[in-house]
Amino acid sequence: MFSIENITHSIDAWLNQTLNPTMVVLVESVIVGISAITLFAVLGLVLVLMERKVSAYMQIRLGPNRVGPGGSLQTVADTLKLAMKEGLTPDGADKFLFNLAPYLVIGVAMLILAPIAFAKGFQIWDINIGVLYISAVSSLSVIGILMAGWASNNKYSLLGAMRSGAQIVSYELSAGLSILSMIVLTGSLRISDIVASQQDGWWIFKGHIPAIISFVIFIIAVTAETNRAPFDLAEAESELTAGFHTEYSGMKFALFFLAEYVNIFIVCAIGATLFLGGWMPLHIGHWTAFNHVMDYIPSSLWFMGKTFSLIFLMMWFRWTFPRLRIDQLLNLEWKYLLPISMFNLLLMTLIAIKGWHF
Amino acid sequence: MNKEDLQQKITGLLPSASFEEASEWTTVTIDPAAWKDLAGQLRHTDGLDLDYLFCVTCVDWKTHFTMLYHLTSTIHRHTLVVKAKLDRNHPVIATVSDIWRTAEFHEREVYDLFGVSFTGHPDLRRLFMTDDWEGWPLRKDYEDPINMIKL
Amino acid sequence: MLEEISTTEQGDLVVNLGPQHPSTHGVLHLVITLNGETIKKVEPHLGYIHRSIEKMCESLSYRQFIYVTSRMDYLSSHINNHGCALCVEKGLQIEVPPRAKVIRVLMDELTRLASHQLWWGAMAMDVGALTPFFHAFREREAINDIMEETCGARLTMNYMVPGGVMIDLHPNFQRRTKEFIAFFRSKLAEYDELVTDNVIFKSRMEGVGYLSYADAISYGCSGPTARASGVSCDIRKLYPYEVYGDLSFEEPIGTGGDCYARYGVRMQEMRQSLSIIEQLIDNIPEGEFQAKTKAVLKLPKGEFYSRVETARGEFGVYIVSEGGMTPYRIKFRSPGFSNLSALDHMARGHKIGDLVAIMGTLDLVIPDIDR
Repeated sequence: MFSIENITHSIDAWLNQTLNPTMVVLVESVIVGISAITLFAVLGLVLVLMERKVSAYMQIRLGPNRVGPGGSLQTVADTLKLAMKEGLTPDGADKFLFNLAPYLVIGVAMLILAPIAFAKGFQIWDINIGVLYISAVSSLSVIGILMAGWASNNKYSLLGAMRSGAQIVSYELSAGLSILSMIVLTGSLRISDIVASQQDGWWIFKGHIPAIISFVIFIIAVTAETNRAPFDLAEAESELTAGFHTEYSGMKFALFFLAEYVNIFIVCAIGATLFLGGWMPLHIGHWTAFNHVMDYIPSSLWFMGKTFSLIFLMMWFRWTFPRLRIDQLLNLEWKYLLPISMFNLLLMTLIAIKGWHF
Repeated sequence: MNKEDLQQKITGLLPSASFEEASEWTTVTIDPAAWKDLAGQLRHTDGLDLDYLFCVTCVDWKTHFTMLYHLTSTIHRHTLVVKAKLDRNHPVIATVSDIWRTAEFHEREVYDLFGVSFTGHPDLRRLFMTDDWEGWPLRKDYEDPINMIKL
Repeated sequence: MLEEISTTEQGDLVVNLGPQHPSTHGVLHLVITLNGETIKKVEPHLGYIHRSIEKMCESLSYRQFIYVTSRMDYLSSHINNHGCALCVEKGLQIEVPPRAKVIRVLMDELTRLASHQLWWGAMAMDVGALTPFFHAFREREAINDIMEETCGARLTMNYMVPGGVMIDLHPNFQRRTKEFIAFFRSKLAEYDELVTDNVIFKSRMEGVGYLSYADAISYGCSGPTARASGVSCDIRKLYPYEVYGDLSFEEPIGTGGDCYARYGVRMQEMRQSLSIIEQLIDNIPEGEFQAKTKAVLKLPKGEFYSRVETARGEFGVYIVSEGGMTPYRIKFRSPGFSNLSALDHMARGHKIGDLVAIMGTLDLVIPDIDR
């Protein structure tokens, strides 16, 4: 059957035939690097367009419809415009940190792509601590945001960065705990193991109510971690004009923008991997006939479908809900989500020990 | 309370007050020096309770200024207009911003546009004009060759 | 770096909110003193759009000056014009024909609806929900179309003249207005679903920006701002003008005094306006739409004051006439000006996000404040 796994294997085999092993590694690294950057660009373009179309649909508008068929090239035009623009650095800014911040944010987003399994056998780096790696690296992005807000020497930016710092650090806890409760079930931090463990059903179905609670908490926490409405306090357009990236323009602004969308993709991909089986097709127990039918849909489609459904969910939040206030935001995390997710973790451990899950 | 009762009551508070006939609302003209005391009494006297100051303005009559205070009572629904004649060269009157909070902004507006100074006002600064603006725009003799369009 | 961020001696952060800021809805400049995120003081700096309309009116005739007032509170320009026309009519003692009276009230209420729709969308945007704005504009578009047909304009209608209205209603007016009422009633339910009952929205609004009964009176607040604090101050009820005295409608009075009460009062007002329009739309009397007036209007010597209820509160027009062709002095008492003066009192001790929510529920229109 035609699949991405076969393609990668045939490329690997062909390279091994023609080159010596060192060269193979080098060439493959270059291919991976180029594909990662391409994926970045494509994701940015697709997600921005998707957001604009989704918001337009919810706001009874048409959205972009002039550039390219159905407006599909609008984001390309926007990116070109941003790339041509002058990147201003304010006079009072800390120039080094100011210019470094967007690259740090985008670099962090790029690093997290490594352990994500995009399809069956299609993964950049199947590290044995995959999930730990993701949660460790993703918390670095707050440094970039704080750096941007601080170095801009703008009061709005500073307020936005401080809000963002408080927010990301707090919500990381419940995101981590809900990830942990799934690790308790899978017993492995390796992404490929997590996906394989959902061979006979996704964890959101197999893990009873605690898995659903974890899933809900995970979605709330990652929405907050990616600074998306209703938790977009770091940007808070109506309060802080643009929050931490108020002073950014041109390509540096575009990098922040791109990083936001790539981060959304990544967290949704992690959500899909942990709770919805990653690239694993929808399997129900031992219904072999049903499972075989499901196997005919390529694994990459499964993965992208799940991820984009979650992304749509986050966009739906953004265009429906008002924004929370900073104290309400922190109350929600420390008074509700954190205790609930701690208790949920205990419950999940009990279930895992007793083997009550399917 | 009808016009006559209101008139009587205010005469009781301030005998020197003179009333205008043929106006829509009871209109009383007072001496600016007596304004501060009268204002407190108008606000707090039972039966008057003029608690709602809805308009403060000034008119430049070329010979003098007239300060106008439009007061109404949210309890008894009677309306009173208080007028005070001010010297055009040294327009000074006591502030009532401690009695009706809304007067703080309204008096700043009058100060800004007419140059009437309110003694005791907590924050008497220009409101609309820039801080270094010269002259008082709503006075009749104000001329501004750049910004004013004569029709 | 820290030294460069301007702070006062106590270590407070002073932030200039505006004159260009997404949530001040115009060129309002607020200097806010912050302690962390908590507001210690809000100081409005006005005048960025001050055109001295009062001075301008002193050189305009009584027919002309009415239309300058459209540019003050541009969202309820009809009602501003109405107030001025009433004042001139009071001076000249013109009796307005019954048809014109009804047309004026209909137009006023449609304007009030349009203004409240825009407020609803803008206020939702202030608290971070971007979608309601577009929904509100869809409904507002219907009103604008009705206005355009009859008045020829969509925002500054300039439809009132001393003695009546400028031209007769468009033949389509009744049909389209009825269609609009049916359409908008169904949408009001949607408004409630999308925003009013939203948990996040409620938590952002409840208990925020409290204004007590006594403070609302002392600060001279009017309109929905004062009514949310329990002050009955609807000019249409207290001092009825035109045909308001013959209509049955309620004055929504809130009790909370917080942002949610102000929100609720405005939502109720929209329903009341719909009911007023419904009562009148089939009962527009036949006859003249304008009283016979002289070509040149000269008000007798004296002082005239008229009050109307705009979407934001009490709008007063004070004309001093010396008997000439132009007013000697005009004063406009604008509702936003007094409502704004209470902002500092309401916002103290709250967060920046609350300040934006309070400004949203005050429904400030900056040209109305600056004049």
